[in-house]
Amino acid sequence: MRLPKPRGGLSEWVVARLADAGAAGAAPAADSLEDEALALWTLHELSYRGFEDADDHAEWDPEVLHVRHGLEVALEDRLRSRWEAARPVAGDLPDDVPAALEALVAADDGPSLADHVRRRADLDQVLELLRQRSIYHLKESDPSAFVVPRLPVRAKAALMELQYDEYGDGDPNRLHAHLFARGLEAAGLRPEYGAYIDDAIAENLEMNNAGSLFGLHRRLRGAAMGHLAAFEMTSSIPSRKMAQGLDRLGLDGPMAAYYDEHVEADAIHEQLAARDICGTLAEDEPDQAMEILFGAWTCLDVEARFATAMLASWGADR
Amino acid sequence: MRERDFDHPEVVLCPDGPMLLRGARSVQDADGTVHPVRRPVVALCRCEKSSRLPWCDGTHKVIPKG
Repeated sequence: MRLPKPRGGLSEWVVARLADAGAAGAAPAADSLEDEALALWTLHELSYRGFEDADDHAEWDPEVLHVRHGLEVALEDRLRSRWEAARPVAGDLPDDVPAALEALVAADDGPSLADHVRRRADLDQVLELLRQRSIYHLKESDPSAFVVPRLPVRAKAALMELQYDEYGDGDPNRLHAHLFARGLEAAGLRPEYGAYIDDAIAENLEMNNAGSLFGLHRRLRGAAMGHLAAFEMTSSIPSRKMAQGLDRLGLDGPMAAYYDEHVEADAIHEQLAARDICGTLAEDEPDQAMEILFGAWTCLDVEARFATAMLASWGADR
Repeated sequence: MRERDFDHPEVVLCPDGPMLLRGARSVQDADGTVHPVRRPVVALCRCEKSSRLPWCDGTHKVIPKG
């Protein structure tokens, strides 16, 4: 993947700095939330697959890390203040984390892109949604993989049981990110990693940044696992709707098969994530219980913001 | 703290949810059809409302709890 097109002064600075470590000058303030989100997305990408036109040393360059840190603090503050404003009972530690996760997911009333795809979306809208989703699905499960060494015994074993399935149970052909790439190709879209980063809307970048922020910081391991649980717990039924919508539009084949696979896989994963990962983590490290709920709520919230923006852009929000 | 052994059952009945089954190579459904298993863990439907029996598809979550 090549460095993305800048969307303001800060992302322009980041792209220039990653392309050439000698590029002079201090980082400017961001011009917008979109500029800020793209800058952080680009910096986080250095810890995944990187860019062919960036210097690989930049990942641990103190000057670059300083900018990344500032952006991460701002993002975390924003996510936490949204959670503080929304959370129903302040200061109450849940004693049954899997049940609390279930209640949180059941109370989620965000708009559903899968409902729209199943019933009403036209082909252009679905292709646009797939381009947006490719930003995450082509690195599917990778943010959670960073968390493995940071967990106690039971949660670690359970996360590996889940991740093993995400990564194809040892078969590269069944690795979920690869299934999505095959689906993109069959739908006439570009399957290469990061191909559509310049199309990603600000809400999509923030959604991806939240997952990376949680995954990359040991301190945020509880939030990362809560995020994973909420993601898996809201995947099976929407995946079935996505597959039905794709069928309706004649996109049956590899892309529908990708969503089909997730109906079955995520019905398993949601149980593992809520009970064996988050439940045991909260038992072993009780101070993580509220963090798990913060991560789970944030997962639902950033998806709702993304869905709201997509539906509004299609005039489908009424 | 002493190191201890953990419960890790092959069969887990999830409250208001599916039955998790670890280490199976095939599963026979109610019609007698045998389904090969390609995953280390599968979730078997217990509410009988799944659209892809014998596997769970999450439908139990939209059924009111009795």
